[in-house]
Amino acid sequence: MSAPLLVIQDLHAKVAGEDLEILNGVDLTVEHGQVHALMGPNGSGKSTLAKVIAGHPGYEVTKGEILLNGEALLDLEPDERSRAGVFLAFQYPAEVPGVSIANFLRTAMNARVGDEDEMDIFAFQERLTEKMELLKVDEGFASRYLNDGFSGGEKKRNEVLQMAVLEPALAVLDETDSGLDIDALKIVANGVNTLSSEDASLGVLLITHYQRILTYINADHVHVMIGGRIVESAGPELANKLEAKGYDWLHQAAATV
Amino acid sequence: MPQNETIKELGLDEYKYDFVTDDKPVFRAVPGLSEEIVRQISAHKEEPEWMLEFRLKAYEIYESKPMPEWGGDLSTLEATLDNIYFYLKPQDQMERSWDDVPQEIKDTFDKLGIPEAERKALAGVGAQYESEMVYHSLKEQWEEQGVIFDSIEDGLRNHPDLFKQYFATVIPQADNKFSALNSAVWSGGSFVYIPKGVKVEIPLQAYFRVNSERMGQFERTLIIVDEGADAHYVEGCTAPVYTTESFHSGVIEIIVKKGGNFRYTTIQNWSNNMYNLVTQRAMVHEDAKMEWLDGNLGSKLTMKYPSCYLVGEGAHGEILSIAYAGDGQHQDTGGKVVHAAPHTTSQITSKSISRGEGRASYRGLCKVYDGALDAKSNVECDALLLDETSRTDTYPYIEIDENTASIGHEATVSKVGDEQIFYLMSRGLDEAEAMAMIVRGFIEPVAKELPLEYAIELNRLIELEMEGSVG
Repeated sequence: MSAPLLVIQDLHAKVAGEDLEILNGVDLTVEHGQVHALMGPNGSGKSTLAKVIAGHPGYEVTKGEILLNGEALLDLEPDERSRAGVFLAFQYPAEVPGVSIANFLRTAMNARVGDEDEMDIFAFQERLTEKMELLKVDEGFASRYLNDGFSGGEKKRNEVLQMAVLEPALAVLDETDSGLDIDALKIVANGVNTLSSEDASLGVLLITHYQRILTYINADHVHVMIGGRIVESAGPELANKLEAKGYDWLHQAAATV
Repeated sequence: MPQNETIKELGLDEYKYDFVTDDKPVFRAVPGLSEEIVRQISAHKEEPEWMLEFRLKAYEIYESKPMPEWGGDLSTLEATLDNIYFYLKPQDQMERSWDDVPQEIKDTFDKLGIPEAERKALAGVGAQYESEMVYHSLKEQWEEQGVIFDSIEDGLRNHPDLFKQYFATVIPQADNKFSALNSAVWSGGSFVYIPKGVKVEIPLQAYFRVNSERMGQFERTLIIVDEGADAHYVEGCTAPVYTTESFHSGVIEIIVKKGGNFRYTTIQNWSNNMYNLVTQRAMVHEDAKMEWLDGNLGSKLTMKYPSCYLVGEGAHGEILSIAYAGDGQHQDTGGKVVHAAPHTTSQITSKSISRGEGRASYRGLCKVYDGALDAKSNVECDALLLDETSRTDTYPYIEIDENTASIGHEATVSKVGDEQIFYLMSRGLDEAEAMAMIVRGFIEPVAKELPLEYAIELNRLIELEMEGSVG
């Protein structure tokens, strides 16, 4: 049997240079093709987990392991993790003026192959057009500068477009639903659904504060993180329970763990 | 912030023009400057008496003016100038056929891609080596239409009336200490005349090369764009790296007459031991348009502020400036626009990048005279710092004597951020590629205005794999 897509074991992490641990022993396994939702109150460490998976230099792992397809991820630089199949859809994507989305994605694609196998511009354009049609993105979108002056909704759509073009093995969506109105949310959710149905082995870790996005994206598993560890894991029904009861009942559970 | 090593990998600080040619100059003046040297230069050029007098007067002005105390650090320049060769004649005469250029000099320009460039899309090519233009050629098509593209010396020799009518009218000897110096010892540069209504659709190009150690180059260029004419002139400059300092001080005078259109592009890539103090100015007449596209990548210190004097109603001036200040470099650049007629408009866009101990300063002047009704000017300067030690400053001077003027000024300073680098890396770009992409994006608005070969050149400078040297 092949290794699970993502295995996180007893992961502890803190902000680099500080003492306080934000992740406090996270255990999580995502199999190929599964969608996992990670929920929790503000400050519980959800976004930190996303950044640690992607290799953000601002965090330091003090203990534990992350395996992607059985291979250790923590020794890799962020770009190596990306090339290994990790994709992080950012909560707040950085703006890079003067660099078009198309140019950026082509560079990113070519970073995945050697110089000799460089994708020619026509093959790339074809792939980009195909993905843009799939996600119903306007033709002119790819010639805009990367996130420069984008609305919140445009930034999130851009993240999903990048995910579509780069075809990762694991997509970590960090609060992709935050700050979106219902129409924008639907568009982004449809995009993610389309990509998961296109690629049956794609694993998704959907990090969210609200249950709302789970109306549009079906999660196989729902986890709750509090105080830097996962305190509850169950099926999709857990999300409804959280919607009805909030997180308070879990705080008590967390205290006794 | 990104690591130093990563920034080095960008290749911004590598210099691929660092090679020396073993040549045999026909004459070299003793180092340092004196009246005797000024006379020698004039004699070698067999100039008319008025030009010798012009030079001697300029020499007097140069001696009487103090070193500027603003801008870059010129405290050791005087000592440097005592050891500089002010005149070095590489060959007996200028050639019009590339085959006749001495082999060593030809090799140099071959390495630099001249005249390969000519075979591409250029209307004409000039090449200066040390103190003299060694080669000048213009395609027949333009010659037939009356276009003059020649060395400045041949301009004086063959078109004395036209020359005398405009020479030193835009930048007088006494304009500043270095225009006085150039006026005294000028040698080489181009003389360009575009006749009425003639549109030269492809660029004229001049290439400036310094080969020797402790060399001073003082090219002088005079360009007259007649009514309704249109042209684009491109210059590039390189030199080998020496431990001693070299000196370059050019004077570029441009007249764009009624309804004319002219663009002057510079990609200055001097080695990092070069002082580069240049005066560039254009007189822009009624409904004419002048554009300066000024790229400063090399030199130890550059002080250069291309200027547009908008003297005719409806004249338009644009200055697009890009500067890279690497470790130990100071780029003090910007632009000047002077509105002296109604309905004149101008735009200054400046982009600078600094790294290490590099310093990029924007220095600009916008002046609107009383009576220049409804003048409009907009200045935008953006600085990008690549690390914690680099420095940028902005010195905008605005003098408005006209109530109806509308003036805008915007300045931004940004640092390459950790979040930007991480974002790009999270998509698979390594750190150096991520940095290069941010820098390329920053200069994109200016780079896209460059002729293709120069845009490629500029981009190559920020490519990851840079060749260490040519040849």
